[in-house]
Amino acid sequence: MQKRFDGGPEIKRWLAGAMVFIVLAFVGSSADPYFISLMTIVLLFTFLGQSWNLMLGIGGQLSIGHALFVGLGAYSVGVLYVKYGISPWIGLFLGMIIAGSVGAALAWLSFRFEVRGIYFALLTIAAAEFARIMFSGWEFVGAMQGLFFPAPTGAIEFSMLRGGARFYYFVALALAALGIIGTELISRSYLGYVWRAMRDDEPAARALGVRTFRHKILVISVSAAAAAAGGGVLGLVQGSIFPDSIMGMGLSVDVLIGPVVGGLGTTFGPLIGSLAAIPLNHLMSAIGDNLRIPGLNNIAYGIVLILVVWFLPDGIWPAIVRLCKAIQAPSRLWLPHLRKAEE
Amino acid sequence: MLDAALLSIDGLSVAYDGSSALNGVSLQIRKGELICVVGANGAGKTSLIRSISGIVRSSSGTVKMNGVNITGLPPWEICERGIAQVAEGRQSFGSLSVEENLLLGGSLKRAKAYQFETLEFVYQLFERLRERRRQLAGTLSGGEQQMLAIGRAIMSKPEMVMFDEPSIGLSPALTDVMFGVVKSLHEQGITVLLVEQNVAKSLALSNRGYVLENGSIVLHGSSQELLNNSEIQRAYLGM
Repeated sequence: MQKRFDGGPEIKRWLAGAMVFIVLAFVGSSADPYFISLMTIVLLFTFLGQSWNLMLGIGGQLSIGHALFVGLGAYSVGVLYVKYGISPWIGLFLGMIIAGSVGAALAWLSFRFEVRGIYFALLTIAAAEFARIMFSGWEFVGAMQGLFFPAPTGAIEFSMLRGGARFYYFVALALAALGIIGTELISRSYLGYVWRAMRDDEPAARALGVRTFRHKILVISVSAAAAAAGGGVLGLVQGSIFPDSIMGMGLSVDVLIGPVVGGLGTTFGPLIGSLAAIPLNHLMSAIGDNLRIPGLNNIAYGIVLILVVWFLPDGIWPAIVRLCKAIQAPSRLWLPHLRKAEE
Repeated sequence: MLDAALLSIDGLSVAYDGSSALNGVSLQIRKGELICVVGANGAGKTSLIRSISGIVRSSSGTVKMNGVNITGLPPWEICERGIAQVAEGRQSFGSLSVEENLLLGGSLKRAKAYQFETLEFVYQLFERLRERRRQLAGTLSGGEQQMLAIGRAIMSKPEMVMFDEPSIGLSPALTDVMFGVVKSLHEQGITVLLVEQNVAKSLALSNRGYVLENGSIVLHGSSQELLNNSEIQRAYLGM
């Protein structure tokens, strides 16, 4: 069922996806703790990237302030657990509700006053920065000193969502799988084609009777809630929450690098992009530390982004899809205009 | 029933940033009629459609449907009341498949229950769309996209369809096909408001016509009268 350019027979897609996750599950049995923790971050950012991708890649709404929602999720889990000993499951749930509502309110306010497109994106930055500064001065949530989770004992406590590195790897893996399956299902549902129609041409969708105002609020709210769930787990994995790292601009950028590098609006883009970008970032900062060149990772990050945008403007995943099709029918790689004519 | 005014527009004006696009336009469309509004580029034809459908806010005047004032309602409410449009330039959603485009048109409350029957009807009308139903709409030819735009409007089970220049950019042969489709929809009882630059063909098709110039209706009458009008012949028919 060809739906998007990364289409292909449905069964094949699900099988490929299942295979990727089986491989990733085996990765979880690896002994190397550094590798496990790196892959945990990759998978968490796959999920966060997926949430961002849902908003821009499917809903057509750009956010450069996703750290706001990530942070709200992390703080909901952190405050409830650290201060009151309440299960992170409840914190996650609460965080999703809070972030979803904040996202909806932000969208409502913005679109109500005709602030849209790139101006909406600026507003998301402003909101995230506002929240970061507010949390930095808010003693109740630890202000600049942040919140610390008690050190993990290594024992797995599922009801408290606590465990060792391997446990969190599988939590992140489950979250990433959930994100990919969820996006795929949403994308194929009624909501999916309404949102994509809205992204393709909002005025035309409006003319067709789509209630774009509501749908924009809805997609932003869903994306925000998902980001909060990812943020809650991210906080637990990191063991501490600081406003500058969990709500800062840097995190907002980290969230969007996966889908941008991997392929905007594609189901596997955020995974591929995170797999490519995050290990590279870590490798570069390790090299930078060894050579005593702080900031090398940022330069490398920048160069990768530039290269991807330059050579693969639609991302790595669509390029892989093109390559696979080209192997089946070699002429198409070199005659891209033929790609449109087929199927 | 032919006498009941389905849509009655009274003194409708539209302005963009102070410059007026429509100046007190009044027209009536009776149930089951096929009327056309003809005029040159920039005469205000598209503004007329966009203000009826609620996309553009009118600065004054009223639009009534079956006697109920629908001026200023949001587009989705106008759609729900049964007014569909086929926009100029056949806006299709390029990253949706042909079938998703059609289902999107059929997702209104008024149409949802009949979605799959209507889909079958559209596919019977346009076999091309059935053949290409899984294809992305962005890869269709111009003529196919126009079929898709019409199909999408039909999917909403409309009482009235407004066509904005369905012939634009199409070959003469395809233009005839499109006008044939407009005619057959009308014969199925759908009221049609056809907005066109192709004056001869649209007057030949319609019951009545209005001539729009610089945002105002300058002439109206039965299509036969207009076709025989010497001014129209000179200005629009090149006689």
